[in-house]
Amino acid sequence: MKRQELLVAALQNGTVIDHIPSNKLFQVVNLLHLENMSSAITIGYNLKSQKMGEKSIIKIADKFFTDDELNQLSVISPNVTLCTIKDYEVVEKKEVKTPDHLTGIVKCKNPKCITNNEPMQTVFHVIDKEKGIIQCHYCNNEQNIDQVTLISD
Amino acid sequence: MENRSLVTIAEHSREKIMYLIEMAKEFEKHTNRKLLNGKVIATLFFEPSTRTRLSFETAANRLGARVIGFTDPKATSSSKGETLKDTIMMVSNYADAIVMRHYLEGAARYASEVSPVPILNAGDGANQHPSQTMLDLYSIYKTQGTLDNLNIYLVGDLKYGRTVHSLLMAMRHFNPTFHFIAPEELKMPEVYKLYCEKHGIRYVEHTDFNEDTIAGADILYMTRVQRERFTDLMEYERVKDMYLLKLNMLGKAKDNMKILHPLPRVNEIEYSIDNDPHAYYFEQAHNGLFARQALICDALGITLDQVREDKTIID
Repeated sequence: MKRQELLVAALQNGTVIDHIPSNKLFQVVNLLHLENMSSAITIGYNLKSQKMGEKSIIKIADKFFTDDELNQLSVISPNVTLCTIKDYEVVEKKEVKTPDHLTGIVKCKNPKCITNNEPMQTVFHVIDKEKGIIQCHYCNNEQNIDQVTLISD
Repeated sequence: MENRSLVTIAEHSREKIMYLIEMAKEFEKHTNRKLLNGKVIATLFFEPSTRTRLSFETAANRLGARVIGFTDPKATSSSKGETLKDTIMMVSNYADAIVMRHYLEGAARYASEVSPVPILNAGDGANQHPSQTMLDLYSIYKTQGTLDNLNIYLVGDLKYGRTVHSLLMAMRHFNPTFHFIAPEELKMPEVYKLYCEKHGIRYVEHTDFNEDTIAGADILYMTRVQRERFTDLMEYERVKDMYLLKLNMLGKAKDNMKILHPLPRVNEIEYSIDNDPHAYYFEQAHNGLFARQALICDALGITLDQVREDKTIID
């Protein structure tokens, strides 16, 4: 494992998002709007992982996300690990939690929903975290979190 | 500012529903007043609905408010691509409350979030139609003397009929027993059956519809089975006449049983039933006036006490 870790530069301060399934990497990039950031970002794609066989990792220097921002990741990838790094040390390690609400992340599947016809943000309420059922705040339609379309797609 | 908009009845507590029923009763006693003198109510109908609009406009007019609005969105800027938000912001400069019917689902919720004046949802797509629910509740209360412990039979299109869904949710405070009578294709959706289970509402499902199945009803709520709802037209042809209420099916009906229908009716209630004492659908529509007077006043922040002490009664 040491060899792989060397492939991705160590971080002095910032956030590491680890254990991203490789096929979800670019969705995570889109969701966090990394393309608009000016700080140094290292992306490791298709790395070997003992835990999951293959994984991807993102290291973002000098950037700390709020819990709300990171919890939105649960929509695309519920099992990523988040590490906050200060002075090369992991000061906090946590898993993403499904939030109670998703704002501006998921597209409503109902073509007659106001959110698909008006320039506005979508809002979903997570009504069953175990089954992953979310409900549109506006039209009340329900959908499964595994089958959603993201706004950023 | 507190948001006094009416988006759905489903969120109302038992107390709030009873409060609005009490207020509707006051307006039934004295319908013509000057309580809303000097107020302007806008009715924005992005989709036509003549009876709902007339009922709201009559409610406002009989309380002394003046009414502005449109009935045909083709004549407005929304046909030029104006957003709903812009239309609402513009109209809220002129009116004290906005009654809105929209073809998009969730439009009322969104309007209530952006509007500085209260929004009254007069129907948003297949989503909610709370003033219909309120008049249904008022009609049930008036005919049965209570909303508690009733046997309510819902007949016809239970899949797409938003009035039956809203009624079901609003009744959860009152320990009802529901009977769902519908063809296979138009059955009550799973999500509403789960809702019943979650809220301890008893329900029984039937596909047959005859004298015996409806004998236990306190309320028989009829809806129209519409041809355009069917994917399989053979199935439509097979079931279309199975859910028609005929006079000879009322032989075993309870004395207190009343037949409700959100109207318009096509043929699902035989015309000879109109003169039967069980028929209540025209009175039900009339009750809509008092229910909507209550909803408008509540949205404007007028309390039940103020209505009771109102000195502006005309009749």
